[in-house]
Amino acid sequence: MEYFIQQLANGLTLGSIYGLVAIGYTMVYGIIGMINFAHGDIFMLGGFAALIAFLILTTFFAGIPVALALLLMLVIAMLMTGLWNWTIERIAYRPLRGSFRLAPLITAIGMSIVLSNFIQVTQGPRNKPIPPLVTDVYHIGNITISLKQILIVVITSILLFAFWYIVNKTPLGRAQRATEQDRKMAALLGVDVDRTISITFVMGAALAAVAGTMYLMYYGVAGFNDGFIPGVKAFTAAVLGGIGSLPGAVLGGLLIGLIESLWSAYFSIAYKDVATFAILAIVLIFKPTGILGRPEVEKV
Amino acid sequence: MATGTNTMIKDTILKVEHLSMKFGGLMAINDFSFEAKRGEITALIGPNGAGKTTVFNCITGFYKPTMGMLTLKRSNGKEFLLERLRDFEINKVAGVSRTFQNIRLFSGLTVLENLLVAQHNVLMKASGYTILGLLGLPAYKTAAKEAIEKATYWLEKADLIDRADDPAGDLSYGAQRRLEIARAMCTGPELLCLDEPAAGLNPKESLTLNALLRGIRDEGTSLLLIEHDMSVVMEISDHVVVLEYGQKISDGTPDHVKNDPKVIAAYLGVEDEEVEQIEEQLDHGTVEGGTV
Repeated sequence: MEYFIQQLANGLTLGSIYGLVAIGYTMVYGIIGMINFAHGDIFMLGGFAALIAFLILTTFFAGIPVALALLLMLVIAMLMTGLWNWTIERIAYRPLRGSFRLAPLITAIGMSIVLSNFIQVTQGPRNKPIPPLVTDVYHIGNITISLKQILIVVITSILLFAFWYIVNKTPLGRAQRATEQDRKMAALLGVDVDRTISITFVMGAALAAVAGTMYLMYYGVAGFNDGFIPGVKAFTAAVLGGIGSLPGAVLGGLLIGLIESLWSAYFSIAYKDVATFAILAIVLIFKPTGILGRPEVEKV
Repeated sequence: MATGTNTMIKDTILKVEHLSMKFGGLMAINDFSFEAKRGEITALIGPNGAGKTTVFNCITGFYKPTMGMLTLKRSNGKEFLLERLRDFEINKVAGVSRTFQNIRLFSGLTVLENLLVAQHNVLMKASGYTILGLLGLPAYKTAAKEAIEKATYWLEKADLIDRADDPAGDLSYGAQRRLEIARAMCTGPELLCLDEPAAGLNPKESLTLNALLRGIRDEGTSLLLIEHDMSVVMEISDHVVVLEYGQKISDGTPDHVKNDPKVIAAYLGVEDEEVEQIEEQLDHGTVEGGTV
């Protein structure tokens, strides 16, 4: 039982990270119907931005409190990554909007390669370590929960709430949902659609940057290739939860995190990814729109 | 004649000059010019395929016209060339709003939200592009309240106040049409373009619509509408422009247009000789141009 709860905690932590990245996939898909395959690399970029911010902070402001350092790392990573994604959208995706469906998809794969290679060239191919920042560990019986894990889950929850609020309660979120449903009509009502789409990319990137920072904190290393596997997992999470649905992305992320850690705990760790994708396949057979996805009803 | 009955000289709100639109080899609109006056209901009529919707699409930025100038004059005297504005600026800057022949509501959003999206620019500004709004500043709260009040006003006008929190997709067809008009009005337009607002409405709904449109005009918004339903056109328009095969064939008051032999010919498909005959008969006053 204790072992199970331990794995549950681990799965929840991992799932939070996947969930944050999955939101970026699902939002961009929702608003322009495109799978942004570069999003995994945006997540990786977020980790690197946080790492660089950490190095700068510890070099120039030695003795900075850990909490402040972490907060600054998060903010800097969010800003930098947001700027990156804004630029990518502006130069690589926007000119292709209205072109045939596959064009942005191929460009996105291209951008993914560009980003990971860019980091490989500029930061080197080896994994970069970061010293453990938060080392506190709590023991409850035989269960070990680290402060890191708690932080990850808490930060994720706060961000999700803020995000939910923006999308559902603010004029910006309303414009995003309207653009999602009918881009041209939204423009005719005075909504600057291009800007709304840009903001969506920036928001997705900011969440991915937080996920990247936490991933860096959790595993202690950042590598140029980090975007691929977590990116694919997060994409899977978005599809599993129902692509286009925000709660679905979070739910999918948590599920994938849990499946992964529980499968590794009770079965073979080598097959954890197989288990994840098998469950995805099964869910999609019985519920093609994902768990919370709405079936598209076409009114004739 | 106009000066005799109406001492107020009506200002032009929209001036379309030499508009042409070519799709490949097809000349959909050919050198079409007309003016819509401020504070009037101008109707654009014509047989199916005459190019009415194409004219609308040019005015509202859907198409870039092949040739021609579309000048919109706002009440503050500023003039805009519509064909040069970006799609969202047509509404935001020039104050032109439109509805569609096939309803285009945000069916997943609630009725109220549909009307709030239409007030996006005001709210965005007030919320300091979201950031200040998240902090709950009073300026944003007032703006949000005003936006809801404006939405409520139009919901009442469109007789939809009871449905405010329902998804727009759940409304009946007639209600959706009224909501579309209410939404267009929430952007605070000076010129409202309606593409067949009465299509598919039953006679009773049609009457409600007429009242709604007259109300909008009386509040100072000019209207431009495409309509097939002659009972609507003749009932509410101040000015009618008739289009056939992309060219203007008649322009004037409803009575003038109704009796124009060219219009009768266009609608009934009469031979040229018969047009001449009818013209002769008209001169002798033997034909009543009652049903067009």
